[in-house]
Amino acid sequence: MEETLTPKLPLIGEKAPEFEAPTTQGTLKLSDYKGSWLILFSHPADFTPVCTTEFMAFAEIYPELKKRNTELLGLSVDSTSSHIAWIRNVEEKMGVKITFPIIADLNKEVSSLFGMIHPAQSKTETVRTVFIIDPEGTLRTILYYPLTTGRNMQEILRIIDALQTTDKHHVATPANWNKGDPVVVPPPYTAEGAEARVKEGYDCKDWYLCFKKL
Amino acid sequence: MIAMPCVSPDGKPTGTGLKTLTSVKEGATTPDKIAEATGQPMFRVRSGLRELVNAGFLEEADGKYSLTETGKGVL
Repeated sequence: MEETLTPKLPLIGEKAPEFEAPTTQGTLKLSDYKGSWLILFSHPADFTPVCTTEFMAFAEIYPELKKRNTELLGLSVDSTSSHIAWIRNVEEKMGVKITFPIIADLNKEVSSLFGMIHPAQSKTETVRTVFIIDPEGTLRTILYYPLTTGRNMQEILRIIDALQTTDKHHVATPANWNKGDPVVVPPPYTAEGAEARVKEGYDCKDWYLCFKKL
Repeated sequence: MIAMPCVSPDGKPTGTGLKTLTSVKEGATTPDKIAEATGQPMFRVRSGLRELVNAGFLEEADGKYSLTETGKGVL
């Protein structure tokens, strides 16, 4: 009988499911990351071209992520030996050192938990997922990309900046926002609040769309 | 074989493991203090401490770590 995988998609706002998994830096638990932001991401397979470009790009933004108290944790359905051989090859041939851990999810335990395998794309490889988990272990962002499309690292950095700005200042961030741009003041939920909002000194287009500089 | 950065396959502490054990000996008894003393990120400290406890080099009580006799013996 054919093996069927039922991807369970954890939802934004829920606690990310705990796991313990072998990685290139020893056995890690999700809870080991408590207190820091975590980008858990999957790639289809080691020694493949798009994944190699992505890993080099993740390595490039890793120092910026660290400044934002954010860690990286990769994953694919490959062994630790394969991961180690690949990252050594990336360092040797491409001159880029991969210093973050990579989960060896050979039994597909973690990928099934997070719905990373989309059988219509591949029954054996994970699609390109990004799960952004906050310091309390809550899932804050989910991104899914197909096998053929490499991820945009600036967007990942932008989301981290946006989430951290939201948490710190209790604001929202508009389309195409980048760090330093004006932010959106959460709209009022009462008629009285709407009346007051336009007099509060924000840059308001109308009562429900007000911006402010931080 | 599951990679263990703090304990080698022959059961002895690795360089990272020894660094952690030394930091405990020198008074860093909580994961925060050990991270500060060793310069390792917190996730590495937590997983390393788990390995060192399982291997019998450290013991933990109320979130504080101390060397066992075996741990003292390797320093």
